[in-house]
Amino acid sequence: MTAPPPVPREPVLERARLGARTLRRDRWWVPPLFTALGLAAFVGYATFRVFQQDHYWVADYHYLTPFYSPCLSAACAPGSAVFGTLPFEFPWFLPYALVSLPFLLLFRFTCYYYRKAYYRAIWQAPPACAVREPHRRYTGESRLPLIGQNLHRYFFYAAVLISLLNTYDALVSFAHGHNGGFGVGLGNLILLGNVILLWCYTLSCHSCRHVVGGRLRSFRRHPLRYRAWTWVSHLNARHMAFAWITLGTLVLTDLYVALVASGTLTDVRLFN
Amino acid sequence: MNGETTLRVWRGEGGEGRLVDYTVAVEEGEVVLDVLHRLQATAAPDLAVRWNCKAGKCGSCSVEINGRPRLACMTRMNLFAPGETVTVTPMRTFPVIRDLVCDVSANYRKAREIPSFTPDPATRPGEFRMSQADVQRQQEFRKCIECFLCNNVCHVIRDHEDNTAHFSGPRYLMRVAELEMHPYDTADRRKIAQEEFGLGYCNITKCCTEVCPENIQITDNALIPLKERVADRRYDPLVWLGRRIGLRPASQDTPIPPGVRQDGRAAAPRTGEPRRKPGPDTT
Amino acid sequence: MTETTRLAYDAVVIGAGGAGLRAAIEARLHGLRTAIVSKSLFGKAHTVMAEGGAAAALGNVASDDDWRVHFRDTIRGGKFLNDPRMAELHAREAPDRILELEYWGALFDRTEDGRISQRNFGGHEYPRLAHVGDRTGLEMIRTLQQRIVQLQQADAAEYGDPEAMLKVHAETTITELVTDNGRVAGAFGYLRDSGEFLLLESPVVILATGGIGRSFEVTSNSWEYTGDGHALALRAGAALINMEFVQFHPTGMVWPPSVRGILVTESVRGDGGVLRNSAGKRFMFDYVPEVFRAQYAESEEEADGWYTDPRNHRRPPELLPRDEVARAINTEVKEGRGSPHGGVFLDVSERLSAEEITRRLPSMYHQFKELADVDITAEPMEVGPTCHYVMGGVAVDAETGAASVPGLFAAGEVAGGMHGSNRLGGNSLSDLLVFGRRCGLGAAAYLDSLGADRPAVPAAAVAEAATAATAPLSRSEGDNPYLLHREIQRTMNDLVGIVRNGAEIEQAIARLEKLDARVAGVRVEGGRCYNPGWHLALDLRNMLLVSQAVARCALEREESRGGHTRDDFPRMSARWRRITLAARLDGSDVVVEHRRTPPMRRDLLALFERGELEKYLTEEELADGSPEDTDEEEGA
Repeated sequence: MTAPPPVPREPVLERARLGARTLRRDRWWVPPLFTALGLAAFVGYATFRVFQQDHYWVADYHYLTPFYSPCLSAACAPGSAVFGTLPFEFPWFLPYALVSLPFLLLFRFTCYYYRKAYYRAIWQAPPACAVREPHRRYTGESRLPLIGQNLHRYFFYAAVLISLLNTYDALVSFAHGHNGGFGVGLGNLILLGNVILLWCYTLSCHSCRHVVGGRLRSFRRHPLRYRAWTWVSHLNARHMAFAWITLGTLVLTDLYVALVASGTLTDVRLFN
Repeated sequence: MNGETTLRVWRGEGGEGRLVDYTVAVEEGEVVLDVLHRLQATAAPDLAVRWNCKAGKCGSCSVEINGRPRLACMTRMNLFAPGETVTVTPMRTFPVIRDLVCDVSANYRKAREIPSFTPDPATRPGEFRMSQADVQRQQEFRKCIECFLCNNVCHVIRDHEDNTAHFSGPRYLMRVAELEMHPYDTADRRKIAQEEFGLGYCNITKCCTEVCPENIQITDNALIPLKERVADRRYDPLVWLGRRIGLRPASQDTPIPPGVRQDGRAAAPRTGEPRRKPGPDTT
Repeated sequence: MTETTRLAYDAVVIGAGGAGLRAAIEARLHGLRTAIVSKSLFGKAHTVMAEGGAAAALGNVASDDDWRVHFRDTIRGGKFLNDPRMAELHAREAPDRILELEYWGALFDRTEDGRISQRNFGGHEYPRLAHVGDRTGLEMIRTLQQRIVQLQQADAAEYGDPEAMLKVHAETTITELVTDNGRVAGAFGYLRDSGEFLLLESPVVILATGGIGRSFEVTSNSWEYTGDGHALALRAGAALINMEFVQFHPTGMVWPPSVRGILVTESVRGDGGVLRNSAGKRFMFDYVPEVFRAQYAESEEEADGWYTDPRNHRRPPELLPRDEVARAINTEVKEGRGSPHGGVFLDVSERLSAEEITRRLPSMYHQFKELADVDITAEPMEVGPTCHYVMGGVAVDAETGAASVPGLFAAGEVAGGMHGSNRLGGNSLSDLLVFGRRCGLGAAAYLDSLGADRPAVPAAAVAEAATAATAPLSRSEGDNPYLLHREIQRTMNDLVGIVRNGAEIEQAIARLEKLDARVAGVRVEGGRCYNPGWHLALDLRNMLLVSQAVARCALEREESRGGHTRDDFPRMSARWRRITLAARLDGSDVVVEHRRTPPMRRDLLALFERGELEKYLTEEELADGSPEDTDEEEGA
């Protein structure tokens, strides 16, 4: 049998040349805009409060804002420093909660949801689906520094510890009623609500989902971890919602504490 | 909504082409694919559009409608305001053959680079015992109809054609995740997921999930879990330490199968005498 | 430009659905250099549309189940017209094929103890369908596709080329089989994207092209189902059997027009959906045939009780076999009691809560929500019969899938005999696997027997095929292919549809004859690069040829059985059971021969009670006990 001739094929095909950046006609720029505004508002508020170094502690009821927990400067108000303080007063540029805030920041910075939010809204990669991004080259999270996003799980572990601390802060304030002993004020409820939502955000983390059970190949031999994974998966589906809600509750909680601490508001007492 | 609509369709061959306006009749309950078919039967008999089941189950009719990646058979005309011009263009990320038909063969080559399901050779068919919980995670990924809208929308390759060589796209990263979750699979694709299939390029901006016609949570359930697994393998100092001191098993990375990379081009089929190998082999 | 690329293979598989892929895998495992030719992209085959599951007597859910029970169900479903050896092989081998699929990575739904779960389905005595939610076919195609990738990876390692032994020619249509002295020598076709011609030289061609539904106006089949394999086989000299048996699924969507025919799964009725006509009447009670009276409820109360307490109630008549329900709906519509869009109402909302509907029937809920704007949790669906499956196909040897033409094989829907006059739900997917594999084995054995004596492709045949393929493009006048397609569909739908009669079929045959010349002179605009009009024009003659075969067989068979209903011969006849109709091509005419239906072995016959056999077999057959030693064929 004679050998057939080689195959003459594969003209080089090209993509359709469509000049427009996008053919989308909806207002695709609205969601990234709101995301950017929302993030900016929080960052602005948080920056101001963290460096204000005042109005973070309501001595009467032991309300401590999460932005200052644990308070570590020698200048911390008496009673506000759970772990005691360092022997010196912090200069203006050091936040009093020096050991927690960087981790909380990094926890949120490396969070899979926030990454999506700021990659889209701030970095514009891409600003919206099927809208061309403005960058000429793109390496994503494959190189330094963004390869560091893979350390998210460690910030998650830190966030668990800090959430425990916040829980302690919220619970201990119940033991400081108006006349001593147990008491409940609006501030208690706000602190408690905030801490519950912080737990929801922290435990709904994708790394948490991986650690509790997601990393297993088979659930059959790990029924308890499967249960835990299922539970975290349910929470995880709302991770984005918790991410935004907790930004709101953090601001709300801090603002309430600040207003009460500064004497602008009086805490509403429900019981003692 | 019986009436007429203006359909603006990209017509052309290779990269060259232009948007052409057609006025077409539209009847109640129709989808974009119906209107394209009417166009074929009337004003543009040679309009190329790929389709098959027309019920959203095969993933053939992927196009972009008003700039959004969609299945033409699942996009109802009443989605658009009466009188609105509906623009239909081919997928941007893939080379176009003609009109709305793209060459998606690169995807099939990417599929070939993933080490296949590798059960323990000591097992036999019929021996697997898996609970529903064991298969449910991967079953979500296996709903995939391979419409390639996710790979099309992904900005990693859509906006940066030069990344095509080292990025497999959401579809195939999801396939890697699926295999890594199979209780009876023994291969370890985590290292190549990062180094060969470009998982690190993914910045989890979720457009793949947004366009998926099967509503598969590609990002949350496949890509992020895969990133976490890769972190286990490559970026977790504690796991690394555990391996060094023997608390964790050493990893046996599976390489990409030798010979499957053909420099982006399909190899020409072999010519000459057909060669029949003697006897059945057991691969 | 009529240059033709020539490639040489040991086996060419036409069709990349379940049967084609399984055949190709087996051929490759036996060392055959194999090509898979697919009209659409790899992995898009119509098999993905299969919802229910694959029937296999694994006995995971009901431990009493075994292949004999499955065999018996299959024969009952086919009304004793099945090739018993095929039904036997199918029932025996299906479990292994399913387990093999699992071993290749398929993820079926599971039982509590970790095995493959199995579900109930119409006509199956035990829960028997291995399934994955309502997308079993997709799982099957994906698994086979990925198995092929795995084999290609092995070839890449061995030969440095993944396509060295197994190549997929996607978006390629075969228009002609080439024969050399009556033996298969190759297949000729074109690439859909470029329009270039391709000659695949191969001593083996395995047909796995699926069905013929596109010849009917209302069908659940995709555009690919143009009966290519049926027509190729006829033209190559093979015979088609049982072509008069076409299965109409009782419930397809009827509105909006764009989705007309799309399937509404049988599970809707299984889960409590009831059928009503425009007067609101549950009409199925009026249509329970005599043979089924004992098993089906007579009142609504009794029928309603079955869903919760099946032991003490008889089944609701909505769950009669597909052919019965399809005919009933057809009658209601014809007699003017149909829904506004020419169907009847199927309501699942009166029995199930919204939450339950979305949980049990997720894809149906979405299908109606997205395609028809109908919320099935609150309102009824409009449904009507839709052409679903053809029982008829190439007459093949049960063991090897070999047709009468040396080198030609067929598996899946394109092969005939396995399902008799009516196919049970779930038997199709397992059929693909069992006979796909057997074709691969048969092809390997045939190739061994050939040795060095391979057929050669006659040069003239290629030039002829190329000329025929380009002809529609060069004509300056002729009919529009889309128009001709509609006429074929209308003719078949209206005159050779669910309920037929002699006069109408004759009318259909006359119309099809007239269409013959017009199809031969069809004209297409545009060029060869991805031109759908041209593709359709070339498919038309296959559809027409197959339609002629269906019509002629339907006219010949003067009884009603399974997927063939004649209102002029409404009864089933034991005499006709002995006869299998075979269509052949004589010149350009379809001729119909009578063949003896293959007899059933004594041990298989013993699986049925005499009372049941009396309904189907003739006196002599009953007296004989086993016609084992009677001759194979019988003229008529």
